[in-house]
Amino acid sequence: MMGRFVNTRTLPLLATVVVFVLIYAACAAQYPTMLGLRVMGNLLTDNAFLGILAVGMTVVVVAGGIDLSVGAVMGLTTVALARLIEGAGMPPALAFALVLAGGGLFGAGIGAAVHYLKAPAFIVTLTAMFLARGCALLISTDSIPIHNAAYDTLAGAALALPGGGRLTLVAGIMLATFLAGGVLLHGTRFGARVFALGGNAHFAQLMGINTGRTTILVHAFCSLMAALAGIVFSLYTRSGYALTGTGVELDAIAAVVIGGTLLTGGVGGVAGSFIGVLIQGLILTWITFDGTLSSWWTKIAIGTLLFAFIAVQRLILVVSARYGRPGAGPTAPSPSTRPRPSPGAAAPSAP
Amino acid sequence: MDMKTLPRRRTLSRRILGIGAAVFLGGLAAGCDSGDKKGLTVGFSQIGSESGWRAAETKLARQGAEQRGITLKFSDAQQRQENQIKAVRSFIAQGVDAILLAPVVSSGWDEVLGEAKAANIPVILLDRQIDTPNVDLYLTAVTSDTIEEGRVAGRWLAGKVQGRDCRIVEIQGTVGASLVANRKKGFEEAIATAPNLHLVRTQSGEFTRAKGKEVMEGFLKAEAPGSICAVYAHNDDMMIGAIQAIKEAGLKPGTDILTVSIDGVPDIFKAMADGDANATVELAPDMAPRAYDILLAYRKDHAPPPKWVQTPSKLYEPDTAAAEYARRKDLY
Repeated sequence: MMGRFVNTRTLPLLATVVVFVLIYAACAAQYPTMLGLRVMGNLLTDNAFLGILAVGMTVVVVAGGIDLSVGAVMGLTTVALARLIEGAGMPPALAFALVLAGGGLFGAGIGAAVHYLKAPAFIVTLTAMFLARGCALLISTDSIPIHNAAYDTLAGAALALPGGGRLTLVAGIMLATFLAGGVLLHGTRFGARVFALGGNAHFAQLMGINTGRTTILVHAFCSLMAALAGIVFSLYTRSGYALTGTGVELDAIAAVVIGGTLLTGGVGGVAGSFIGVLIQGLILTWITFDGTLSSWWTKIAIGTLLFAFIAVQRLILVVSARYGRPGAGPTAPSPSTRPRPSPGAAAPSAP
Repeated sequence: MDMKTLPRRRTLSRRILGIGAAVFLGGLAAGCDSGDKKGLTVGFSQIGSESGWRAAETKLARQGAEQRGITLKFSDAQQRQENQIKAVRSFIAQGVDAILLAPVVSSGWDEVLGEAKAANIPVILLDRQIDTPNVDLYLTAVTSDTIEEGRVAGRWLAGKVQGRDCRIVEIQGTVGASLVANRKKGFEEAIATAPNLHLVRTQSGEFTRAKGKEVMEGFLKAEAPGSICAVYAHNDDMMIGAIQAIKEAGLKPGTDILTVSIDGVPDIFKAMADGDANATVELAPDMAPRAYDILLAYRKDHAPPPKWVQTPSKLYEPDTAAAEYARRKDLY
């Protein structure tokens, strides 16, 4: 019966969950307070912006692309918000709508450049990253505090959990974003197109999918998420700073890869990315709790995990391509174009 | 085919479990030493390790804690505010007795410091102030007077060049920190009194040697040859980079171009002893030990300390450089 749930698609996710549970168990064995709702609440609040970025990044990566501009767009959003609210006295709701629309348009521009210029997403989004970071620094090089009553209410809004923990509004937004991302990717026609595009762009086109439109929408969605992450970050710190989120795009990509989404596209989902975000947060929390290790161990641990996951994913693909489908044999088509195995495919091999 | 599938899959899941177990065991092995909770536990969220000065501050924080029997939980934020907020939240969750925070930027701390206050954990700011309407969020701030540091540097330069016309270039620190604005402001105040001193160019060197060198190279190319009379850098590391750039341009630092910088790290004393640098304004790195003493006194008699505890800003010149270098080189 295990075969029903364990297949090429779910194995990386399962591996991620197992690693997460093991790390959490190790942490809890050493520091029982880490099991408390306070630490769990902190984990969600402190990684809310990263989670939201990871949702957008998952969609782009599933579509076979990459987006290096998300951290810069997030930084630009925080500065723009601070300027609009603090400088121009704009009501926060209007400022939110403006930056979200701006983020979406910016992403659509990236998508259009990727599609029409036939340029690699890596280069286009790298350009976009410089552009966004430059604009942010042009607006202000200082960190601008936001003093606004409505803002303080939003930033402080939280559900009290037992044990001194809090489920903050920003954590709630992150969880809702993951739910929405899951529905978008796995429950809509758009999601199916994203998977098709990432699986094989040429076949997707032959199947009648408008690849240009899909590419533009995918990047628009990702930048929209980056703008949302910017809003969340500005609520988190009640300020705007142009250098916010430097390098955070790489953390988001790491979360996506650890979560079992293939960088080659066509395989993955947001649930794994969620765990990927939590793993990163957990390692940092543990290192802080320990208090004697250098925080750079986080990077080493994440690097090691990333490498292990990439190796495992590759292994799974190679193994399943050769032996995965009973009857298909070594002549099975390449993994990226292979259809999803039927639920019972691996069942005969289970005891 | 089916017979083959089974063992392969098993091997695979074993491998994955193996990786998990390795992480698990690694985690256990790495942190077995943290059971005893005698005396005070203090969490210190440090900005990073971008300069020699900051490394010395960290080293003195560790040494000072050991001397006083304090358990120090140290976290390096790698220049990222979100990491500092995470660290402070973790310290609160752990229930430390006090938190030292060297804030990377001035704004955005109200929320998390509010949580520390709610948990009755005193917070002492180190080295930098924060921008908040509610000063009750922290117990005190142990910092130098960063405007005064700039003034000391500016006054020294005005005295050094006397009435001679002098075009000065400035290498700033990382943008956004109050420290940078203040060191600039103090320096400008001091040179404003001398009409012969002109600040002609200013650019950020991000507090690093590499960037300081790059910025100085840019200045040397942009200005007419021989027209730069002095360089002012917001820290010694950038100045050491700039000294290298000056040498590579075929000029003699300390003679052709005067140098004045801030921090007092060993390498700048070495440069002064070698005749490559002219002056440095010391930023005392023993901020954490001062904070421990304030904290211990506060816990004993519950009298709140002043909101701002200033550390001295002393200027050093080449005459004492060799001795100062010998005194400091092990600290950094």
